Amino acid sequence: MTETENSYGNKVPSSLAQVGITMKYTLLDYVRSRRFFILLTIAVLISAILTVVVGYYRPAVFLTSPLSFYSGWWGNIAIYVIVLSGVFFGGDAISGEFQNKTGYFGIPNPIRRSSIYIGKWLSALIASTVILGVFAAITVGNGLYYFPSVPSEFGLSLLFAWFYLVAVLGFTFFFSSLFKSSSMSILVTLILFLFAFNIIQLFVANFAQTEPWFLLTYGAQIIGNILTVPYPPPSSVTSFGPGGNGPTFTTFNATVPEGLAIIGLYFIITTFLGLVLFERKEFT
Amino acid sequence: MPSIEAVNLSKKYGSFAAVSNLSLKIEGAKCVGFLGPNGAGKTTTLKMFTDLVRPSSGEALINGVNVHTQKKLALESVGTLIEMPEIYPALTPREALMMIAEIRGVPKGARNDRIEEAVSEVRMEEWIDKRVGKFSKGMKQRICVASALLSDPCIILFDEPTMGLDPRGMSEVRDIIKSLKNKKRLIFMSSHLLSEVSDVCDEVAMIDHGKLVIYDTLSNVTAKVSGGENIVEVGLRNPVDAGLMNKIAAKIPGIDKAEKSDGTTFRIRFTGGVDVQERILADLVRMNIGIVSYRQASSALEEAYLSLITSTL
Repeated sequence: MTETENSYGNKVPSSLAQVGITMKYTLLDYVRSRRFFILLTIAVLISAILTVVVGYYRPAVFLTSPLSFYSGWWGNIAIYVIVLSGVFFGGDAISGEFQNKTGYFGIPNPIRRSSIYIGKWLSALIASTVILGVFAAITVGNGLYYFPSVPSEFGLSLLFAWFYLVAVLGFTFFFSSLFKSSSMSILVTLILFLFAFNIIQLFVANFAQTEPWFLLTYGAQIIGNILTVPYPPPSSVTSFGPGGNGPTFTTFNATVPEGLAIIGLYFIITTFLGLVLFERKEFT
Repeated sequence: MPSIEAVNLSKKYGSFAAVSNLSLKIEGAKCVGFLGPNGAGKTTTLKMFTDLVRPSSGEALINGVNVHTQKKLALESVGTLIEMPEIYPALTPREALMMIAEIRGVPKGARNDRIEEAVSEVRMEEWIDKRVGKFSKGMKQRICVASALLSDPCIILFDEPTMGLDPRGMSEVRDIIKSLKNKKRLIFMSSHLLSEVSDVCDEVAMIDHGKLVIYDTLSNVTAKVSGGENIVEVGLRNPVDAGLMNKIAAKIPGIDKAEKSDGTTFRIRFTGGVDVQERILADLVRMNIGIVSYRQASSALEEAYLSLITSTL
């Protein structure tokens, strides 16, 4: 992590400083490129649609209490904003270095690959946090219109959402390191988060009667659940059919510690694996 | 003294050996051309010297430092241009080069000057604050050349540096390489253009099927292949006539043959190395025949290449 000075007066900065340099210029690239504004537009558009729908139809599910409002608005939508941010900023962050050949510009310099990886990850986190922050601000703005105060549970939910964002970015960077094709890494990440994880969760809970603790999306349930009072039970069974003798439907709910552990482990494992893959990957 | 060294360097992709036990040491201020057919292992070798590819075995050393285990230290005085890099499209050349300058630790107060100097060397001053996304391949290649020169490195690794450039761009890059030679830099460049190598390089290393075929000075390589015979091309201010050819062959010892090439150039075949080449030049100058250029004939290198590299993958 120390800086070294060569005979030409150049003082190669420490790896930590190089993380900051990579972060700064990647962030500049994100902000300048259309993707940041496209995602910002999507987040604002979703918020605008919700504002109109809630304002016009005044659905009871949203307006019964402050918690129901934040649960319906933030608890249901924030995870999609997070997944989209992960895909937009993380999907091709590493694979693009190979496919677009930008890696040939940056890597043959006195800089560790890990500095590039971490710098790019941090810039994706900052850009995604801005998007999530905008969505949260619009949510709070609408919430304050209907209710005089913001419930403290929303603060916790916001924090959990940010943790989830951190893990989602770890995950998308891992897939980005795994593939050399940007479209492949983006597609696989999208399919996993929007369909595959939910389908697996449904099947595991109902056919194997097993808690899907190994799924990141299961851990992310704490973002919405914390806005429900009382907090949903760890598991519940709903029966269908006449007299409750029909098929049953099992629902598992991650507790807060469990959810945080799942999110934390996903972040640690996928970030570590992504870094190892990027360190070993070759520009052939 | 700057040096790069491959020690039993190998790279295998499955059963295919892209580079096989390559041992080569280049040191001192000079320009070395790296030649070989397509798929011979030139780019793979350069990639192993720049952390783009890991060696399967052996070591790639720069100034005695292993690139794979101590990358930061090994590459701190190296400028590189491998393949045709892309630059983040939303950045301007000034920003992209500033990023490289910061990564390479160019002193803060000197960064802007160094960037403007490097951009001016590749004749891209007008475009310095325009976004790279709108640039042609050749323009991007020029910025990448500027990036390689930015930190004033003592070693420069170029992989076909004139690829994608128009004839003027090619000529300008060659001039840059020549000026780097005057600044006592070690330049190691791969190229398919034998005339380019003849023009700018002092030595050549040839590689085929991942193995080093020959590494020597340009004149020794051509002399070895032609049984000791060398060819130089001489340019005159005035048209060449047959009488002059006979006069030169008769008056200057060591010349096997002097023959007219075109209007104002002729070729001299002689036996011997650089010493003989130097003496012939001195003798020609004394004859006061209006010499404007004197250089190793590119076709001599081509003959050597074709003799040493017998097949193309």
